[in-house]
Amino acid sequence: MAEQMMAADGRTLKSSLNRALRRQKLRALLLITPLLLFILITFVVPIGQMLFRSVENQIVGDTIPRTVEALADWDAATDPVPDEDVFRAFAADMMVAVEERVHTRLGSRLNYETAGISSQFRRSGRDVEDMGEDLTAQFTALDPAWADPATWVALMADPDWIADSATAQTEPAFVVADAARDALPRTADIYADFARVTQVANNDSPTEEQPWNVVYIALYQDLIANPAPQIAGAPDGLLGAAGAAAAGFVAPDIRAAFVDSDAGWGSTVTWQTIQTYSPAYTSSYFLNSIDLKQTPDGIEMAPENQQIYVKLFIRTLIMSLTIMVSCILLGYPVAWMLANLPSRQANLMLILVLLPFWTSLLVRTSAWKVLLQQQGVINDLLVWVGLVADESRLTMINNSTGTIIAMTHILLPFMILPLYSVMKTIPPSYLRAAKSLGATNWTAFWRVYFPQSVPGIGAGSILVFILSIGYYITPEIVGGTSGIFISNRIAYHISSSLNWGLAAALGTILLAVVLALYWAYDRIVGIDNVKLGG
Amino acid sequence: MQQVKNDEAFVAFERVQKSYDGETLVVKDLNLTIPKGEFLTLLGPSGSGKTTCLMMLAGFETATHGDIRLDGVSVNNIPPHKRGIGMVFQNYALFPHMTVGENLSFPLEVRKMGKSEREAKVKRALDMVQMGDFAARRPAQMSGGQQQRVALARALVFEPELVLMDEPLGALDKQLRETLQFEITNLAHQLGITVVYVTHDQTEALTMSDRVAVFNDGRIQQLATPDDLYERPQNSFVAQFIGENNTLTGVVQDISDKSCTVRLDSGDVIDAVPVNVSAVGDRTKVSIRPERVEIDKTRLQPGAHTLKAEVLEFIYMGDIFRTRLRVAGMDDFVIKTRNAPDQVRLTPGTKIDIGWLAQDCRALDA
Repeated sequence: MAEQMMAADGRTLKSSLNRALRRQKLRALLLITPLLLFILITFVVPIGQMLFRSVENQIVGDTIPRTVEALADWDAATDPVPDEDVFRAFAADMMVAVEERVHTRLGSRLNYETAGISSQFRRSGRDVEDMGEDLTAQFTALDPAWADPATWVALMADPDWIADSATAQTEPAFVVADAARDALPRTADIYADFARVTQVANNDSPTEEQPWNVVYIALYQDLIANPAPQIAGAPDGLLGAAGAAAAGFVAPDIRAAFVDSDAGWGSTVTWQTIQTYSPAYTSSYFLNSIDLKQTPDGIEMAPENQQIYVKLFIRTLIMSLTIMVSCILLGYPVAWMLANLPSRQANLMLILVLLPFWTSLLVRTSAWKVLLQQQGVINDLLVWVGLVADESRLTMINNSTGTIIAMTHILLPFMILPLYSVMKTIPPSYLRAAKSLGATNWTAFWRVYFPQSVPGIGAGSILVFILSIGYYITPEIVGGTSGIFISNRIAYHISSSLNWGLAAALGTILLAVVLALYWAYDRIVGIDNVKLGG
Repeated sequence: MQQVKNDEAFVAFERVQKSYDGETLVVKDLNLTIPKGEFLTLLGPSGSGKTTCLMMLAGFETATHGDIRLDGVSVNNIPPHKRGIGMVFQNYALFPHMTVGENLSFPLEVRKMGKSEREAKVKRALDMVQMGDFAARRPAQMSGGQQQRVALARALVFEPELVLMDEPLGALDKQLRETLQFEITNLAHQLGITVVYVTHDQTEALTMSDRVAVFNDGRIQQLATPDDLYERPQNSFVAQFIGENNTLTGVVQDISDKSCTVRLDSGDVIDAVPVNVSAVGDRTKVSIRPERVEIDKTRLQPGAHTLKAEVLEFIYMGDIFRTRLRVAGMDDFVIKTRNAPDQVRLTPGTKIDIGWLAQDCRALDA
């Protein structure tokens, strides 16, 4: 075994060296910290959150927790429509959601999966308040005290809360008594929500508001389950009388009320959708991104007229490749010339290459629109020369041709610059040597010059390809319908349809494809073989 | 087209001129013939036109005027790859993406040679430069000297009759350079190839070449064997450029066929051989090599002129002593004496008389 080298102070040489280097490393880290933080805060975290939306589905469980719980045991095969219990739970959830104004958001979410649900939520959101009012009337007829908010507070409130609110300037957050929870679990649960919404969303006090109808429904359910609940300190006889009378009340038919409000609640599909999408995480966005659909019967292909994403992904890949190849073909000779001109002329040419960067992207793209349209400059020229008949002018814009032409032009500098900087490092003596060894101009180029320029092609190709695969503005302006990219669809879901989950899933897939291609490139060509210069 | 096979003029430049900008001539009226098998060096300071000549011969530059013949055939319109000339570059120009073997195989492949023949030739060429074990290496994995050996083998592998070398040893250290100088000349003579070698290093030119063409200002100043060049320079440029040299200026006082006397600007009179002075009164630069200056009066011819000198500096250089003197009013007169047991070591301040054999002192153009 090799003896460890010792430094003068008796430590091993290695640890001594590490100590010396640590300061340097620390300083280097300190120098990049601002950028690191900036990127972390403005880039990594938001993108991570955005991508997380592609699997996140907590909205269903958060908005209608009671329904989700009640639906767990429901089996559509034996029971086409869920029973009254589910509808009562749903009414309670809806009431809370309506008061907090989140029911339409859930409607939109479920609408991605089953069209039409959104309007059901909106419509029933208006009606849910009145559901079960007959029952409430029966309670108040039995004893008018049931209409009095004070009765409810006396029943539900924690004694400490009552004491606190008597002394406090502003009313503290309502606390339900444990005794109430034990005796009337359902009622206590929904009353807690009622008190919270009243205090927070409506800026009111439960001591002054009569509870919602759904609270009475819960009370009815609790009294049916346990006709003689005991709550210490409750008004005398109130609960007992209600418990005795409840069995004789006309049971509320919430299912009928919902179906009456919107027939959609009576259909199996609605409830299947809610049941299928109740878990907190879902693969449905990803399935939708590749034209699949999660149904209660398993994963199926989306209807033919909705299958667009796979086609779009393939089109994006093929068009990006086409743009990349066009850039190589157009850029290579230019880069070669730049690298072989005397530096004065080369600098001038380089400025011409970079000139497009100084013009707005929108201006350049719009210019292509002017040039390429049917009554545009190029068509006019072709007609004038006689190459094209006036009635059969070429369609070069608002399709994939337009996208390829405009994007090749816009991305060309990204190909020329790395090519140029690599070619600049290839000494002319290689070509001379090859010729002196008997190679023709072509052989000398192909066998000697070209292989040495491959790292430049690699760098340029990766740049152009990755830029174009995520390009958005140009296809949006000149792409029409056949020339748009997946990124345009992502933008649509982000800003128009607001289906961020799907946008995130599409974006994640795009990112994965790019990383996979990068990996493949590394395996086949080797990433060391990419040079941006030197 | 003339199809004369002429071993005496294997390569011939006839009245060749070259201009890059259309205003100045880089090569002015070059006439040069190189016989087969000769090792000819083009020597000159940078910008003297020597590399341009080489590039014209290789075909990478075209002559503005004149004719370049290779084995009797004018090559003016033959592209470089058809000239069959081997070439070695200063930066080696080994293809970095190919192994040594592939580099050597390249000229054979473009000549459509069979695989087994190629392999045999590559092996033979690599063995020739003692690089037989390096066939699988990449150029970047080798030292400069090794790369240049491979480059040499590559220039020879397709058996060209003419090989051009453009300062091939310029980037190597001194010791390696000397070894390779020796190897290159040996190989050239062994293979019987004609070599045109460009360098600005005069020692290299003198030790390697059969003949040396000294270039300056677009013209050949002198084309001669190394010893002629050193001992009998034709003009003051060559005398200055080749080796160390003492120059004294003066006017011809008396001239005959084989000798002349020159009155220096200081008033002293010396003996010299007239080289390119023709008449009494011509201004001249007199050239004398440091090692031909005699400090021992007894060894001079009786009646020879001597000059008074004062020792300014004595430098011990190991094998020789280098002494700087003040002679005829000039402070940079140098003499070299061999470090022999009986040699005197002159101490600064000593006043001595110096002289030389008349034939070692050449009266050149002013």
